Amino acid sequence: MSPVFENLDLFWDGYLTSLSICLWALVGSLPLGVLIAGCRVSPVPPLQWFGTFWVTTFRNTPLTVVLFFCAFGLPEIGINNSFFFFGVLGLVLYTSAFVCEAVRSGINSVSAGQAEAARSIGLNFTQGLRFVVLPQALRTVVPPLGSVLIAMFKNSAVVGAFGVGGDLWSTGATLNSARGLETLPVFVGVAVFYLMITLPAGAVLQVLERKVAIAR
Amino acid sequence: MHLRRTALVATLSVVALTAAACGGGDEDTAAEPPVAEAPEFEEGTPMAEIAEAGTLRLGTKFDQPGFGLENLEGEVEGFDVEVAKIIAGALGLSPEDIEYVETPSAVREEVLEGDEVDMVVATYTMNDERAERIDFAGPYYQAGQQIMVAADNDTITGPESFMENPDATVCTVTGSTPSENIREYLASPDQLVLFDEYSQCADALGNGQVDAVTTDNVILLGFVSESDGQFKLVGEQFTEEPYGIGIQQGETEFCEFIHETLRENEEAYVEAWESTAGQVEGTETPELPEFDECA
Repeated sequence: MSPVFENLDLFWDGYLTSLSICLWALVGSLPLGVLIAGCRVSPVPPLQWFGTFWVTTFRNTPLTVVLFFCAFGLPEIGINNSFFFFGVLGLVLYTSAFVCEAVRSGINSVSAGQAEAARSIGLNFTQGLRFVVLPQALRTVVPPLGSVLIAMFKNSAVVGAFGVGGDLWSTGATLNSARGLETLPVFVGVAVFYLMITLPAGAVLQVLERKVAIAR
Repeated sequence: MHLRRTALVATLSVVALTAAACGGGDEDTAAEPPVAEAPEFEEGTPMAEIAEAGTLRLGTKFDQPGFGLENLEGEVEGFDVEVAKIIAGALGLSPEDIEYVETPSAVREEVLEGDEVDMVVATYTMNDERAERIDFAGPYYQAGQQIMVAADNDTITGPESFMENPDATVCTVTGSTPSENIREYLASPDQLVLFDEYSQCADALGNGQVDAVTTDNVILLGFVSESDGQFKLVGEQFTEEPYGIGIQQGETEFCEFIHETLRENEEAYVEAWESTAGQVEGTETPELPEFDECA
């Protein structure tokens, strides 16, 4: 395992880059996913269509294709930004579709009576969703949402292949290929550092689940 | 079986002779390198084993224009492949006896260590770190890293320009030697953009997402010639990249055999260049470099 210990600083830099990709993607995809879920269950048909279109598009397109579109397609039509931005954008678009479906399943699990009760005290659809239905729905979707987010953390490795240098994945490739270190220890190192992102995330989700869980 | 192979070799020799005879006008097809007839090797040497097996397992790239590229018919072509054919010929094997194993940069040491190939000819820069795991024969070609920019770019004139222009980005391939070499010329690591393939870098340069692409001159020349005047090379070669032939560690006899073969076939070597990478405008036909000592 000496190749890992001798290059800990490089792994650490890679870890920080990967972590920041993950955190930005988290900050982007969670609210966006909830918003799209709101669109899907809303009584306004154009919003429903938009939500369905979004989920159909991004849930059924491979992540690499979404990332390729962001990194190469957007510059073609005159949108220029850093590859880091494009990478995070691709992850957000893709993950938001899964977040949306997880949240929608939570909304469906809230009994219809809750929405009726909200309406009966004079709340409109948005207010009912925001103050009555969503708070209950989000509590039940912590486990599936956790899976979606951990999958996203792992998917962040793909971003490294689209111009974002210096993340964990490309650190591994650099050490292994350009510097000729042995493959196995380097990739065990990469895996361990990814675990340092996903395991704490899993722990946080578990605590969160215990805090907010409601028995029905 | 033995008889059949001799017949095959004879047929091929005739084909090669015919091709050579009516060559001249037809520069696209390489004359087949000479195939030795029933060469003898000391028992137990790698050469004897390969000749015995009747196939040369060649690790090469399938995506490197001019050096190792799989064409639409599924054949691999390029300078590296032609060099391998010369060596195969000296082992008594015709080009049909070569088994191509796709070997991207990241796995070149692994396929040798795992005995999946007999040799790797794949724009493989000889360096000490790699030599700890495998042996190199050669170098058979002296490449050098250079910089390619858009034709209308006047700010980047060489690797030194990246320090003066901290916003300028340069693209190359993840895990490649050029990606390591360029680092010392950069003001910050954020200037480095890494992709899986050079063609993606060329695309990114084409749509303005990066300001420059860097790798070995020969690869860049391929892109410049395909770009319809969109790209140009700037500055001098700023590294020396001796391309070597990777073989398994400890195969000193094989290394010496490869050196001897290339020395004896300088004509075929020049022919190999001119029919492949040498087709790109602006390249010079190389002379066979001075070989390193076999380890």
